[in-house]
Amino acid sequence: MLPLPAFRLHRPRTLPEAVSMLHRFGSDARVIAGGTDIVPNMKQGLVDARSLVSLQHVEALFGVEATSDSLSIGAMTSLDAVAADPRVRAGAPALAEAAEGVGGPHHRRMGTLGGNLCLDTRCRYYNQTYFWRSALGFCLKKDGSVCHVVAGGQKCVAAASNDTAPALIALEASVELESVRGRRVLDAKSFFTADGIRNTVMEADEIVSRVVVPTRAGRTSGFDKLRRRNAIDFPLLSIAARVDRDGDAIAAVEVVVSALAARPRRMAAAQKIAPGTSPADIVGAITQAAKRECKPLDNIEGDAEWRHQMVPVVVGRLLSRVLGL
Amino acid sequence: MSAGDGSGRSGLVGKRARRGDLIRKVRGEVRYTDDIKLPRMLHARLVRCPHPHARIVSIDASRALADKNVIAVVTGRDMPRRFGIIPWTPDEYPLALENARFIGDAVAAVAALDERSADLATRAIDIQYEVLPAALDLDAAEQNPSIGLGATGKDNISKTVDLSFGDVDAALGASDVVLEGEYYFEGTAHAPIETHCAIGQYDGDGLLTVWSATQVPHYLHRELSRVLAISPARIRVIQPPVGGAFGGKSEPFALEFAAAKLAMVTGRPVKILYTREEEFYAHRGRHPMAMRYRVGAKSDGSLTAVDAKTRIDGGAYSSFGLVTTYYSGQLLTLPSFAPNYRFSSTRYFTNKPPCGPKRGHGSVQPRFAFESMLDRIAERVRVDPIELRRKNAVVEGQTVNGFRVTSNGYLECLARVEAASDWKNRRGKLGFGRGLGVASSAYISGTNYPIYPNEMPQSAVQLKVDRSGVVTVFNGASEIGQGTDTLLATLVADELGLDLAAVRVVSADTDLCPVDLGAYSSRGTFMNGNAAIAAARQVREKLVAAVAEKLGVHPKDVFVSQGSLCAVGREADAVPVTEAIQLAEARFGTLGATGWYKSPPKLGGDYRGGTIGASPAYSFTAHVAEVEVDAETGIVNVVKVWCAHDCGRALCPTLVDGQIEGSVYMGVAEALLEEHVIDHRGLHRGPNLLDYRIPTTLDVPDIVSILVESHDPEGPLGAKEAGEGPLHSSIPAVANAIYDAVGIRLDRLPFSPGRVLQALRKRAASASREGVAAEEEE
Repeated sequence: MLPLPAFRLHRPRTLPEAVSMLHRFGSDARVIAGGTDIVPNMKQGLVDARSLVSLQHVEALFGVEATSDSLSIGAMTSLDAVAADPRVRAGAPALAEAAEGVGGPHHRRMGTLGGNLCLDTRCRYYNQTYFWRSALGFCLKKDGSVCHVVAGGQKCVAAASNDTAPALIALEASVELESVRGRRVLDAKSFFTADGIRNTVMEADEIVSRVVVPTRAGRTSGFDKLRRRNAIDFPLLSIAARVDRDGDAIAAVEVVVSALAARPRRMAAAQKIAPGTSPADIVGAITQAAKRECKPLDNIEGDAEWRHQMVPVVVGRLLSRVLGL
Repeated sequence: MSAGDGSGRSGLVGKRARRGDLIRKVRGEVRYTDDIKLPRMLHARLVRCPHPHARIVSIDASRALADKNVIAVVTGRDMPRRFGIIPWTPDEYPLALENARFIGDAVAAVAALDERSADLATRAIDIQYEVLPAALDLDAAEQNPSIGLGATGKDNISKTVDLSFGDVDAALGASDVVLEGEYYFEGTAHAPIETHCAIGQYDGDGLLTVWSATQVPHYLHRELSRVLAISPARIRVIQPPVGGAFGGKSEPFALEFAAAKLAMVTGRPVKILYTREEEFYAHRGRHPMAMRYRVGAKSDGSLTAVDAKTRIDGGAYSSFGLVTTYYSGQLLTLPSFAPNYRFSSTRYFTNKPPCGPKRGHGSVQPRFAFESMLDRIAERVRVDPIELRRKNAVVEGQTVNGFRVTSNGYLECLARVEAASDWKNRRGKLGFGRGLGVASSAYISGTNYPIYPNEMPQSAVQLKVDRSGVVTVFNGASEIGQGTDTLLATLVADELGLDLAAVRVVSADTDLCPVDLGAYSSRGTFMNGNAAIAAARQVREKLVAAVAEKLGVHPKDVFVSQGSLCAVGREADAVPVTEAIQLAEARFGTLGATGWYKSPPKLGGDYRGGTIGASPAYSFTAHVAEVEVDAETGIVNVVKVWCAHDCGRALCPTLVDGQIEGSVYMGVAEALLEEHVIDHRGLHRGPNLLDYRIPTTLDVPDIVSILVESHDPEGPLGAKEAGEGPLHSSIPAVANAIYDAVGIRLDRLPFSPGRVLQALRKRAASASREGVAAEEEE
């Protein structure tokens, strides 16, 4: 089988110990949570880390805590635990559905919420073996200088493929980062950048420690994912929607579409929905704009033209479900 | 005593039971090739060419060998002899000698103390290439003969077959309806869960032992001898249990030669385990085919003639290509066919991973095309598609191309799927978006002729009978998951009245077992089964004679039941089998027997190539598929498949069910999901199981397997094959069901949502243009 490159594994017991290790090792180190992303990537020669800092023994990072208006989820909470948690299912269904849609049962048992948030972007020219990439002539994201998705492209457009990302953005979640410099808190929507080589604002020595999801009365949400198989597949599109009601009237709508390029896209048409718009008009307006706003690239193995045609279909069906149509 | 007589003896045959290795497999106790770890064993890796077509200018391994963990490097020059599974087309070197012919072609092998060092060493071997022009698809291969991939170097042709039976032009001219269709299939891979693995060991006595995950230990034995120039007497091939093969391990591969050679060079055992990516480069998957069909019929639905032209994309090497080219036409003439037939098939070489046999070798692609054509004909002449197939069934005697049919449960297969699916009440009546489709097929139970011409048995079994009551079956057959070990144990236990647990099976070890040609062409049950019964009956006769003597009765009055032998009317004096064995051993000396199978002489048509496709017996299959089509997304969901398969006789019904379910699983996957694409650079589009998608358990339809038993007169207790036949018509059944559901004809596999959506839009556009529902023809 593909051998794993040699590396040193560190197993800190506390968060301060973990961040100080990361700081000390600098760019030689990477965090390993569940390992479902970084291990295969290391086998394919995509990660040049001589040290891995495992968070498996940092107890403070596990578990879901609920307050009256939020859910605080430790970054090391497994995806299946997130998906199964009744408080998440009730208060943030988009997140539960997204976590449930990741990979297969083994991935969800090993994979963590923080790990999914930090999932490396994916591209059919990147997630391949060293031999395959050498036969291609490598690419912008790793070992090369050419983009094979966009001819002449100077910016990497590898796809954000983390299912929980659009859900957390739609749910107005915030992400807590820890480092030797202390804690900083970011909105999930400003956590990601449009750079496919490295699509988060995290510093190399930072760790995602918690994700806080606000919950409130009158809020509903949902998630859906386009894929060819009913399990295992990374998304061909992943879409999250949130609707806030004020009494019977709809106060706000958010739709986030991902697996397009490096950054999940918040649909402008959703943000422009005026309070009080009828559910049918909301579905109509956002669906109509979906194809124009969201343009999948040929960065994922799959038919980009079909994915483009599917944006309004999946958006429409999801919104109808969330709006109870 | 003919093998076809009567039923089993003591009630094991035909009974549902667990396969013999089930618990060990579930518990992870089965030891596959990669589980074997020998003292001082080295790990090797192959160095592969990154260009689709290139001349090797030089190879310099000095940088790699400077690493103290790296022990040895071999190249094409160390094994400069060609091999090939078909004796007439040996065109591969274990490691490319002068030219590498596809991205992933092996050019060198490096052995190191561990797998990681070997892998890193592959990047430290400096190879200079001169890049050559490449042919990356059928059109390029056809239009650029100067690339010179063919044997003469003047074209890219691998094999051409033109055969004609009856007067096709006259029959088409006299037809009421002649329809034409073009179909395309891009290729699929076997995707076994166990990738290829081999270990070479060369001991101090000069014995080379090769363990390999192969389906053909006997052919591997021969080719190792030829390529390495060692007497076969100094080679032993052992095939451990195989974790999936499907035809992808039915010829020798680079890794077996490389592991053997490196073991000889280093004096240490050497293991090579292919990565998933390398599995896709070893390939031998189903050939891409571009197929053009003209089919004629009378207005009553009787077929008049079939005219087929097929271009086959063979990839870089010959593999079984000569046979594939014949099979693309020869295997179409059952079960419903026309009295006139012509086909022209040409296999081209391209600079892609070599294609070969995959479950349903050479005939699954044409079956898709032809059965889709039949659905169109049925619609045109307004005959129910099942009725049309009945009307044109070739039930008895000979096919148009001269194949003998000895047993035929085809009409029962059709009737059973018709009834089970409630076809008459439901087809065409499920509303837009849901539909039923039918298709049918036939397949060989082994090839009548061995791959290399010889008069010796194709399969043999030796029995060792121990006085403890244990009987050991030695046989060369390859257990690749299909269940031959269980089958042989069942047959022998049944003949001798033994408990299944008292029968051991030792298979696929060239030192211990008599020759069997291998697990290919669905020959196992028919040939090994007959050999096992022949051997067991000799032992049985001795047990009967000894018991008759003890009881003082005539041997013809002694019968075998489960656990004992009895005389008619003397049931109280039953003799336990173990005691019968001891009586017989005392009476006749040490017990043992050999049994073998040789196919009937002179089967097939009396023309060049007329033996290819000739089989001692044919299996028959009918499928009905029920699909749901989401017209907004183009996603096809196969809800349920009914598959009736005439396996002659279900010796181990649970295994037959398993083969049917596995075949339908694979067929539906090829219909909807799997596509083996090599891009315009010659690069595999995604040699991994994320990009090359095989179905998960959530993607498999409900499968209803229906066993039909036509009792073949020459089959073991009447049995025929079940491992490949039930795949063929699953694909066109899905295609025809899609038409019933939403009115589109799909001529290119797989039926991906993008293609379905495009066809739906085209249909909607033409319907609105004409203001009427689109006519399917014209």
